[in-house]
Amino acid sequence: MSLNKKNKRKLSYSLAINEALKQLMERDSRVLVMEQGTRSPWYVGDTCDSLLKKFGPERVIDTPISENAMTGTAVGAAIYGMRPIIVHPRLDFMVYALDPIINEAANWHYMFGGKSSVPVVIWGVINRGGEQGAQHSQALQALFFHIPGLKVVMPSTPYDAKGLMISSIEDGNPVIYIDDRWLYEMEGEVPEELCRVPIGKGIIRKKGKDVTIVATSYMVHQALMAASQLEKEKISAEVIDLRSIYPLDEALILESVRKTGRLVIADAAWKTGGVADGIAGIISERGFGLLKSPIRKVTLPDAPAPVSPTLEKAYYPNKKTIIKAVEKILKKSKKE
Amino acid sequence: MEPIIRKEIRTPVHLYVGEEAIATGVCLALKEKDVIFSSHRSHGHYLAKGGDLKALVAEVYGKETGCSRGRGGSMHIIAKEQGFLGSAPIVAGTIPLAVGAALAIKIRKEKNIAVSFFGDGATGEGVLYESLNFASLKKLPILFACENNFYATHLPLREIRLKDNIFEMAKPFGIPSFRIDGNNVLKVYEIAKKAVDWIRKGKGPVFIEFRTYRLRGHVGPDDNIQGSHTEIRPKAEVERWQKKDPLKRLENLLIKKKICRVRELKKITEEITKEVKEAHLFAKQSPYPLAGEVTRYVFK
Repeated sequence: MSLNKKNKRKLSYSLAINEALKQLMERDSRVLVMEQGTRSPWYVGDTCDSLLKKFGPERVIDTPISENAMTGTAVGAAIYGMRPIIVHPRLDFMVYALDPIINEAANWHYMFGGKSSVPVVIWGVINRGGEQGAQHSQALQALFFHIPGLKVVMPSTPYDAKGLMISSIEDGNPVIYIDDRWLYEMEGEVPEELCRVPIGKGIIRKKGKDVTIVATSYMVHQALMAASQLEKEKISAEVIDLRSIYPLDEALILESVRKTGRLVIADAAWKTGGVADGIAGIISERGFGLLKSPIRKVTLPDAPAPVSPTLEKAYYPNKKTIIKAVEKILKKSKKE
Repeated sequence: MEPIIRKEIRTPVHLYVGEEAIATGVCLALKEKDVIFSSHRSHGHYLAKGGDLKALVAEVYGKETGCSRGRGGSMHIIAKEQGFLGSAPIVAGTIPLAVGAALAIKIRKEKNIAVSFFGDGATGEGVLYESLNFASLKKLPILFACENNFYATHLPLREIRLKDNIFEMAKPFGIPSFRIDGNNVLKVYEIAKKAVDWIRKGKGPVFIEFRTYRLRGHVGPDDNIQGSHTEIRPKAEVERWQKKDPLKRLENLLIKKKICRVRELKKITEEITKEVKEAHLFAKQSPYPLAGEVTRYVFK
């Protein structure tokens, strides 16, 4: 592949999403965007910039605050043959929409024996930190990870933000697209043309041989920073960016653990019953013999998001938490 | 009912007995390309919209030849080609789906309309109000068809709302709303036709409350009459509504107006009975889905 100027073009994570929406809306008249705040950066940054102007209020709908009916409407439009994207600027409010997501969209294709499908993208933004507290911060990916019939993606780079948005819109099944406001400013290479990232495939962001760190979303960047620091201590960590949490790239994780024998899972959501538990379960079931030490999870504590800065600092995991986890299991396995 | 009692049919079946005039009258006012979504009590809507009887009965038996290949059962039926886009039992759950179909129709500038069938129980769900608001705001081509059978599962209407005024709930949203006798098929057709024409002209949604009665219980063949183990409804009330049975009313009218003779009606009944028997036979002889296919159709 030639490294011409095009391929080196840089874009922020949020504008990469914006570009994906624009390009697919141009290409496919079935695509529409429904959300609260298409006209307000307060809600979704610049992800929806100029969409309304370009495609008009019929296909870019700034909706009333009715998460349940609006998500159901998107699901119904998808059943009818459209390709809607329904945006929840905060995952917390998307809880109002669990009925159309779980009861209807997720079950639909199965319960009608494959005769009808729901090509909808349900996009929820994790919008945490900044002393916003318990109902403006929640990372609820585990809810959707648990439900058969839903695909769940969590892009961590601008390239993937664009590529996974495009793949999600084109998929033909309900896809939960979860991004994190903490990533919106991040810049990276994004091709100007359409690009697709396969749903269900993770990627090794850094090769290593002593320990595997599997991470989701912004924790990928914390894991990479942790890995480069660990390098100085002569610990070679392999970092896997899951990109999709369902379907989960089990083969990639198993292959890595076969090499390293050690696994740390970093998912900035609650500890109990989360994605980290799911992965730990799969590796215990399918790769128990490969492990040289117990699996460690780096997650949020099982507590709602606090407000005070001291508590907030203690609440969110980061590269230091990951380093500690890695050191702990390496010491343990060295003793043995 | 006999196959349910004999446990040949085990999926929970919510019978439409007593409410037939509504599906018949409304669907007669629709075109083939119009689409409908329905609830748990949806067999009448499916058949009135042109769904195949054999595929329906086979679905209820859980067979591979069923309209949902035995994956859905009585509460999840579909006849996509005929515009019956699906039914689901989460109360009010399919209302926003029908709104979504109406939105798609409007965006595509198509000429068809969407219909949402739901019961009086759905008026307790917030999503109905959200849907009425959005459909009206965007002037979507949708008919909200509320079948008020006076019972939400076991609770009589008077115990779930202060006033018997369901049709009025659409008014604050600027939606024209009507209350009519849902057991009079001619009246149902007449009003539905007017509503459908209005909607098709792009004038926005219409809400109709059809007053009717569930002659059977909420689910299964049990009639929930007081004195039986389910003890819900006064016997006199059921008997009063039996006199208003929409099928008998139509038959009486046809004879009185000399449109049909008793002999002709008898012949029609015999033909339908034969068709139903054949459908049951077809269902019984059809294969079940293969056990090895338990996770098939999770994704497209």
